[in-house]
Amino acid sequence: MAEPLWFLAKRSAAAAMICITFTDIVGNFATIQGNSMQPTLQQGHKDFISLLKGDVVFYEKISAPAYKYCRGDVVVLRSPTDPDQLMVKRLIAMQGDWVNVPGSHEIHQIPKGRCWVEGDNGNLSLDSRNFGPIPLGLVKGRVTIKVWPPHRIGRVERVLPEGQVMFTDMHSCVITRSCLEYTFRLGERASYYQGLAAS
Amino acid sequence: MSQWFPKLKPLGREVWERSVLLTQFLCCIHIIKEHVVEIHQVMGPSMLPTFSAVGDVLLVERLSTKFQRIKQGDVVMALSPENPRLIVCKRVLGLEGENLVVMPTHGSGRVQHIKVPKGHVWLQGDNLSNSTDSRHYGPVPYGLLRGKVFLRVWPPGGWTRF
Repeated sequence: MAEPLWFLAKRSAAAAMICITFTDIVGNFATIQGNSMQPTLQQGHKDFISLLKGDVVFYEKISAPAYKYCRGDVVVLRSPTDPDQLMVKRLIAMQGDWVNVPGSHEIHQIPKGRCWVEGDNGNLSLDSRNFGPIPLGLVKGRVTIKVWPPHRIGRVERVLPEGQVMFTDMHSCVITRSCLEYTFRLGERASYYQGLAAS
Repeated sequence: MSQWFPKLKPLGREVWERSVLLTQFLCCIHIIKEHVVEIHQVMGPSMLPTFSAVGDVLLVERLSTKFQRIKQGDVVMALSPENPRLIVCKRVLGLEGENLVVMPTHGSGRVQHIKVPKGHVWLQGDNLSNSTDSRHYGPVPYGLLRGKVFLRVWPPGGWTRF
């Protein structure tokens, strides 16, 4: 009588192991809470019906071990103030860059191994403007697509805000501008990057 | 050609079953390594005399950091804030909210009074004169901690629990 139960238990355990390994290595889904990434990503409201309207995204972890992130990516990171919480922010600057804090005249140079993240909705976002540059090791994955709700399905694009970041080296990052691809190698000279034209 | 097909089908099924078994085995290894316990070799002089500089092999358990049960004095493995691809082994000397007095490394430095911010820990190597740690890169966010060292398995004469 226990045979089908044992079979079911074995199959469930195997499926669970494969799922856990997949979410650790390949990527995972996440529901958005909080509006710090509006209008790119939006949360659902607290009551159950509207909860279904919140954005669900898929974030990939394949670029995580080598930290192959580019400026402008939307990333998932562990919060530096609350280790249990995952945040979704846009990666604005990497180590060595000079970043202009929006709304003020401060300029920060990002130290070695750190990065600067900001939410798209500046008014609501708790990000590097509050807690400063964060270690790149906290970044856990890159958001690639929105999978829910159906009318908002689509790619989450890599966008860099204009005039905010000054690069000294592009870390061989490729930025796509319509159908042309530029690879910048700027060496020692600092160069002001005007941001992506919306094309 | 048609006489080979009946032989290929059971062979195909066996290949499939072996592949599934191998996948399950690899997933099992991955889950144990990521979520339960891991083996690490540490090199470098920053934790002398606790660990030798030429490579002690340690067992690192991954559960304490996930459930925030790290205490002061624990030896932990963490991602370095200065290089996320480097895993460092240091001792936790301060938890969030604690006030620390950091003595100067060299004779000319100043004594610093630091309050460890929320969500961070203060890491220091046991070998104060030759360790790059929180005295250089500041408090480390808890999210960078990977696991707690609990047993040394090599060299064999030195099985020690931490």
